[in-house]
Amino acid sequence: MRSVSIIGAGCTKFGERWDDSLRDLVVETGIMALEDANVSGEEIDGLYVGNMSGGQFVSQEHIGALISDCAGLSRLHVPSTRVEAACASGGLALRQGVLAVASGYSDVVIAAGVEKMTDVTGGVAADALAAAADREWECFFGATFPALYAMIARLHIHRYGTTREQLAAVAVKNHQNGCNNPISQYQMEITIDDVLRSPLVADPLRVLDCSPITDGAAAVVLAPTEMARKFSDGPIRILAAAQASDTLALHDRRDITTLDATVSASRKAFDMSGIEVKDVDLAEVHDAFTIGEIVAIEDLGFVEKGEGGRAVIEGVTAIGGDIPVNTSGGLKACGHPVGATGIKQAYEMVLQLRGEAGKRQVEGAEVGLTHNVAGAAGRR
Amino acid sequence: MSTVPRFWRHIPQRYNLVGTHCKNCDEYYFPPRTICPTCRREARMEDHKFGGEGKVVTYTTIYNATDDFKRQTPYNLAIIELAEGPRLTGQVICSPSDIEIGMRVRPVFRILGRDGDRGIIYYGTKFVPA
Repeated sequence: MRSVSIIGAGCTKFGERWDDSLRDLVVETGIMALEDANVSGEEIDGLYVGNMSGGQFVSQEHIGALISDCAGLSRLHVPSTRVEAACASGGLALRQGVLAVASGYSDVVIAAGVEKMTDVTGGVAADALAAAADREWECFFGATFPALYAMIARLHIHRYGTTREQLAAVAVKNHQNGCNNPISQYQMEITIDDVLRSPLVADPLRVLDCSPITDGAAAVVLAPTEMARKFSDGPIRILAAAQASDTLALHDRRDITTLDATVSASRKAFDMSGIEVKDVDLAEVHDAFTIGEIVAIEDLGFVEKGEGGRAVIEGVTAIGGDIPVNTSGGLKACGHPVGATGIKQAYEMVLQLRGEAGKRQVEGAEVGLTHNVAGAAGRR
Repeated sequence: MSTVPRFWRHIPQRYNLVGTHCKNCDEYYFPPRTICPTCRREARMEDHKFGGEGKVVTYTTIYNATDDFKRQTPYNLAIIELAEGPRLTGQVICSPSDIEIGMRVRPVFRILGRDGDRGIIYYGTKFVPA
């Protein structure tokens, strides 16, 4: 297998992009990534695009062909594949791109992600997202996505003494980081009190514990590491990209407060890369809900099980702490256009590892980890 | 809006909590599984009707629901562990202040929801404090 590097990256502004369609977002991010990589259309061997639900959000399937067409690649007949894994669609598109280049089948590959979520009302969007859970045995009885994470939170509080304030501290930190990220959906600081006074969504989770509905797209360009310098002065090497899955329904999991898929994928990634958890300088993790970040930093091995909440409120995961988490603002503040999120995490890591992250730069960052989850399960 | 078969093919499971039991490893499953994840091709599956008594493993109260469930808010949703071992997700009918982890529950037959304004009304199992 060949070593693979990211030679270019782009990401649109995240937010409620009323004036822009899914197609507009794809074109905007594609141009940014290709210009950054200094790659021409003729050099592109393949395209993978993460998209959870074009069908439900904009009544459009066949996103692979659409993206290739919009990107001006139709006459070159570049193979274009849509990858769907709910909220981890972007992360999986990136991994598929890595596999294509690593295997030697392709040289220059684009891994992109896009979701246009604000063309439907909130209730329709909630129902579309609920399709990532078990439609017949969870949603049928009234389960929503926040409700599933709320049940994880409830048990984490009961078992480990995690507090409501500790959950809120995740949102507070991520909003602070988002303020220093120009693409972030939210550019405002919030306090623990703000979170605790926001309306209940699914007890104990409140509005400010939840990531928003977001439009956005992101893209990275991959190439064999041996060719990367030809395109880029600052290629970022991908040491490992691992994936794991678990039961679809939360109630069937071995332990409701642990995402075994995260544990499994991160172990594989550490084995493949030969690095240890202590070598990681920063991480982008899947904070679709505040409890998600607490469980993620435990399952990735940054802190002991049950210690996640305490670590966050003590500043361990803040910029300047032992392991800065979600410098982009995370899904919570930067926004969560579901199919684009995994690629946006890679984009943030590219900026950080190149030293181009501005006010939110983690000094001396050399090794980063990204973690993208679908349903209430991981990758790096 | 869905067609009627989508609802009727799950009537045994949703009305009467019929799941499966693997005679090879003695594990119980709800909802029913065709393939036992422990024994796979060695599995010997048979139907099993669960009594429905169980306890709350974790729970939430939902204030913001999808359009189909909006008129029921707030409602309690829980992961319930049945006496035979398997866990399922279901609503628990009681005041949000009364539900707690470890609480014993029993099943009741109720309307679960409606498929839009003109779709079918569907039924199944909810739970109440035992």
